[in-house]
Amino acid sequence: MSTRIRFVLLASAAVLLCVAATVSVLTAVPRGKAAFGTVRLDAPGQIVFRDTRPGPTRDHLVSVPAADRGTRTVSAVSCLRFSAAHGTGICLRGAAGLTPRFDAVVLDAGLRERRRVTLPGTPTRARVSPSGRMAAFTVFVSGDSYGGLDFSTRTGILDTVTGAYVPSLETFDVVGMTKTPDINFWGVTFADDDRFFATMAMRGRTHLVSGTVSGHRVQVLRDNAECPSLSPDGTRLVFKKRVRAASSGQPWRLHVLDLATLRDKALAETRSVDDQVAWLDPGTVAYALPADFGSDLWSVPADGTGAPGRILEAAASPVAVSR
Amino acid sequence: MYVSADAISEVGRKSGRFVTGNVLALGTVSLVTDVSAEMVTAVLPLYLVAGLGLSPLAFGFLDGLYGGVTAFVRLLGGHAADRWQRHKLVAGAGYLLSAMCKPLLLVVGTVPGIAMVLAADRTGKGIRTAPRDALIALSSPAGGQGRAFGVHRAMDTAGALLGPLVAAAILVAAPGGYHAVFQVSTCVAIFAVLILALSVRGHVSALPRPAPVRALRSSSYRRVCVLAVVLGVATLSDPFVYLLLQHRLDLPAGLFPLLPVGTAAAFLALAVPLGWAGDRWGRWRVFLCGHLGLLVVYGLLLSPLDGTVLTVTVLAVHGAFYAATDGVLMAVAAPLLPEAGMAGGMAVLQTGQAVGRFGCSVLFGAAWTWWGPTTALLSVSLALVVALAVGLVAGLGATVRQTAS
Repeated sequence: MSTRIRFVLLASAAVLLCVAATVSVLTAVPRGKAAFGTVRLDAPGQIVFRDTRPGPTRDHLVSVPAADRGTRTVSAVSCLRFSAAHGTGICLRGAAGLTPRFDAVVLDAGLRERRRVTLPGTPTRARVSPSGRMAAFTVFVSGDSYGGLDFSTRTGILDTVTGAYVPSLETFDVVGMTKTPDINFWGVTFADDDRFFATMAMRGRTHLVSGTVSGHRVQVLRDNAECPSLSPDGTRLVFKKRVRAASSGQPWRLHVLDLATLRDKALAETRSVDDQVAWLDPGTVAYALPADFGSDLWSVPADGTGAPGRILEAAASPVAVSR
Repeated sequence: MYVSADAISEVGRKSGRFVTGNVLALGTVSLVTDVSAEMVTAVLPLYLVAGLGLSPLAFGFLDGLYGGVTAFVRLLGGHAADRWQRHKLVAGAGYLLSAMCKPLLLVVGTVPGIAMVLAADRTGKGIRTAPRDALIALSSPAGGQGRAFGVHRAMDTAGALLGPLVAAAILVAAPGGYHAVFQVSTCVAIFAVLILALSVRGHVSALPRPAPVRALRSSSYRRVCVLAVVLGVATLSDPFVYLLLQHRLDLPAGLFPLLPVGTAAAFLALAVPLGWAGDRWGRWRVFLCGHLGLLVVYGLLLSPLDGTVLTVTVLAVHGAFYAATDGVLMAVAAPLLPEAGMAGGMAVLQTGQAVGRFGCSVLFGAAWTWWGPTTALLSVSLALVVALAVGLVAGLGATVRQTAS
């Protein structure tokens, strides 16, 4: 092949590939304009969640009436992870860049920004204490090597009133254990403005821990319990229990733990759930499962009875607004 | 007898250019490929967590499992390229395999599936690295090896810095458009394969082929290999350097992801000058100086320095360490290797260095656990001093021979 033919071939390939690349970006640009309504975190009887429908409302916080889960009211605020309690929301959002940037934003009942902290990685879990004062968030911190997947987590706790911020629970003491550098925390759930439960991993094992922010300390309660979520009455935790090998791709099953007896029981959902559940009412939890458009929300009774049912399509990070 | 010195010096002798056209073509292939690869790397965590709702923590175990396989594949790639003297074909197969993995990421939606695709992607990287480096060496004159590898590594790093920017631009235009990022990445990767196929000249052997394995029996080359492993055992991996830096500084969260960018920028700026310096004053000397730089990094991390001064100096010297060692080591080895064993020789050297560094990570992790970060860092500094002393004494012969050539 002569140099000229090679050049012509390469140039035509460049043009074709440019066209293909441009088309794929243009088709991904959301079309249409969204009409924004009012979403409030203090209007009872609503479920507020992240909309994962493709289009201009993607990743926006939306609300539906809890009763019929009908028309979505779309807010102007978008989040990757969201949680709320008692009129305070925590919204974890991100922007890609030379190095992606992620923020945790504290929202008031009208979804206005009250505070913001920069996160060290990709958001995965968010929770607010029942009073709305404390917020916790977990991010993944990834390695920088090419194609590297040696992820670790970092979990921070923020006092939304005073602004006091614990950037990493890894600085907390662990009662009766020597900390190793591979220590990781994730999935905080609050009992009150001080006491919390979380997952702690060390030396390749995961533990359920309880701790206090004021005491700067956690204590192991049991093994193999991830992403706990405390019931509204504070007596039970629903959590992810590892029941199969990671290589199966289906490692977890939701279980409920009675905090008085420390006995656990499997919920009726048999599929592997990779989410920190949200309590819809004292007897029901909701969680996301991967679907065509992001994820769908499902619910199941929290006592092992009944059967799972789909409650919302193309939705994630649900919060049942109570009072 | 070093067939290589003659084989290499035939190339590009007449041209008075800084590097040959083939090196620029190979550099362009690496630049474009790295844009494609780093686009994906930049958005992958976000895609997995925000797009698919997966927790990547489940990957850790799978990651370790596939790591060993890719080291083995690298040796295989080097050997195959030598055996058939088809460097371009074997490297092309590696580039193609990685290119095909990009659209596959769109199809698989499970954690093991994605881990498998990423393993295939890295297998492609393993296959192509040694034949590509052999082609760079065989396309450059003996006296210009340092320059050639310097230019190549600078272009490679430029691609790695550009990739995340391209991905960011796409996500600004199309929020949440991870699919578009993967599709564009596929187009870019295919373009790189086409550049390789259409503008890189393969190496045609003019000599009868000796058995490639026998070709590795040069004592100088073996000495370089052993020293690369020994120095590798005293080389902290990047995450540890950044972790130590963060440990010292309590950096704001937003700055932490910028640390590797700092190292890469210094690497990009210094790769060509230091490669050129190697040609001029001895590549082994520059290689050892690079490790002296690493010792400075350890020293800075132990020093009472603080704040911006510490961050900037550590990152600059860390980048200089890469600029003085990464491509330079290949340039050290190339003149010691016969043409027929070039790719295999480089594969063995790279794998040896990688194994040494892996050993360092394991030992350092354990030392940190038992003795804490300061004592662990002191230990690895001591190990580096010993390794450097060994390198100075044992490498002397190699330095003399190289300056003479």
